[in-house]
Amino acid sequence: MAIIRDMISGFELFQPTAVDDAIELLSRYGDEGWVLSGGLDSFDWFKDRIKKPAAVVDLGNVKELKGVRTSTDGVEIGAMTTVTEVAKHPHLLENYSILTKAASHIATPQIRNRGTLGGNLSQDTRCWYYRSGWPCYRAGGNVCYAGTPTSMNREHCITGASRCVAVNPSDTAPALIALGAQFVIRGPKGEKVVEAQDYFMSPAVDIQRMTVLKADELLTAIRIPATWSGAGFYYEKMEDRKAWDFALMSVASAIKMSGEIIEDARLAVNGVAPFPVRLEVVESFIKGKEPTDELGMAAGQLALSTTNAQPLRHNAFKLPLMRNLVRRSIRGMEG
Amino acid sequence: MSEVEIIGTPERTVSRRKFIMGVIATGATTSSVGYLFRGSQPLLGAMAVQGSVERLVTLNVNGQQRRVDVLNQETLAMTLRYKLGLTGTKFGCDRAECGACTVLIDGVASYACSVLTQSVRGKQITTIEGLEGADGSLHPVQQGVFDEGGFQCAFCAPGFIMSMVAMIEENPNPTRQEAAQALSGNLCRCCDYDKILNSALRGAEYARRQA
Repeated sequence: MAIIRDMISGFELFQPTAVDDAIELLSRYGDEGWVLSGGLDSFDWFKDRIKKPAAVVDLGNVKELKGVRTSTDGVEIGAMTTVTEVAKHPHLLENYSILTKAASHIATPQIRNRGTLGGNLSQDTRCWYYRSGWPCYRAGGNVCYAGTPTSMNREHCITGASRCVAVNPSDTAPALIALGAQFVIRGPKGEKVVEAQDYFMSPAVDIQRMTVLKADELLTAIRIPATWSGAGFYYEKMEDRKAWDFALMSVASAIKMSGEIIEDARLAVNGVAPFPVRLEVVESFIKGKEPTDELGMAAGQLALSTTNAQPLRHNAFKLPLMRNLVRRSIRGMEG
Repeated sequence: MSEVEIIGTPERTVSRRKFIMGVIATGATTSSVGYLFRGSQPLLGAMAVQGSVERLVTLNVNGQQRRVDVLNQETLAMTLRYKLGLTGTKFGCDRAECGACTVLIDGVASYACSVLTQSVRGKQITTIEGLEGADGSLHPVQQGVFDEGGFQCAFCAPGFIMSMVAMIEENPNPTRQEAAQALSGNLCRCCDYDKILNSALRGAEYARRQA
């Protein structure tokens, strides 16, 4: 355990009202700057004094980052829209219930009231060695404390590890990947759009970042195309307790049927790797087939083999869990 | 030995709570605040920067405008307890993991330990102290808790009660299951959840009767 100090060390605080002003501030401070949205991830770091930014840019007053905008092409959700608003939005409930379900499973009512969709997607990993301030690879050191034979790693990853074995904690990420969402990023050089699964960073590329965001960039919006509106959805989050907990694993699937046959599908799991994993091999495997239990079982096995899933000392349970979640996501989808 | 100073005669005894409240009210703690929150030195010319904040802010707490000097890194729970003397809001974990500090911000239940005071300027903050009526009558939820004997040690009660108030605002007639969901962001270490849910439902019933 980190020593709890609770008094946050001092920082400059800025509350800009426009995205461009926020980006200008972030460019000025670089690695010394910190983006604050809901704060649920940030304050832990600050109170433990593990992260001590010189300047905090609070996005709470930036109106253009808030709200859900619907159009015929789909829907655009501002990154600072609260999780509660996402979970209860009538249009999202009707057309993209996989996202509202994922959002309603996050933490607790109070956290959902403050926490934002952008924050949920961009939050740091929960590996306790890392969160306790141990100088691991992710913290800039040269060792992984969670991957050793004596480590406590029940919640850690079974695939995609590269020195770091932590997992991505976001509940909404797999749902948005299954919906084919795109993330809008703005920086000093303007705007760019990335596919949901490309937003998340593999430790093989950059071990110190969870997302592709650079220090002077902001996630401004999440765009969901109308493509999967009203498809068959399945979302399930496995957790040790029903409130507050981060997922041991979560699965999200969007499946379009043509009669009895799967016409198109998108599948993603989180809690298995340092980033949410889209199972493209499984998607193409189940297309054109009937969603029976046998297919689900075969798809689950394929999910394990295609990701080359290997357990750490304490998380062997995650292998059958992944297989079964994938299996259930294929035969249990709700229309 | 003519005059012996008598300390603590029954009339002059001051309870610890009253003493602390008195210290907060007279502002005697302002000198120690500098030690509590060291490290924030405003940059020269920082005010000219877009979006920078001022230290002296006005907060709307329980319907009153309160002027208070806050530091950038100060959380709402700290301001409420240590600057405004509203000690009904409790610190349990200070990590958004227990719910003891739950307050309403514009009617929405939030953990006061995980909100910067600077972020709630211009918003209406309601704490447990703001629930009772002008005539001192209890809020229906408080009455419900009272009648059901809802809590054992009751350290978590202010947080739970604020969550209950937010719950009946949104769902005036909750089922037991819905109440459990709505209160899932508050912990009770005495594990009095059964009675707490009874209280929540009783409070909702009183509120409906009053409406």
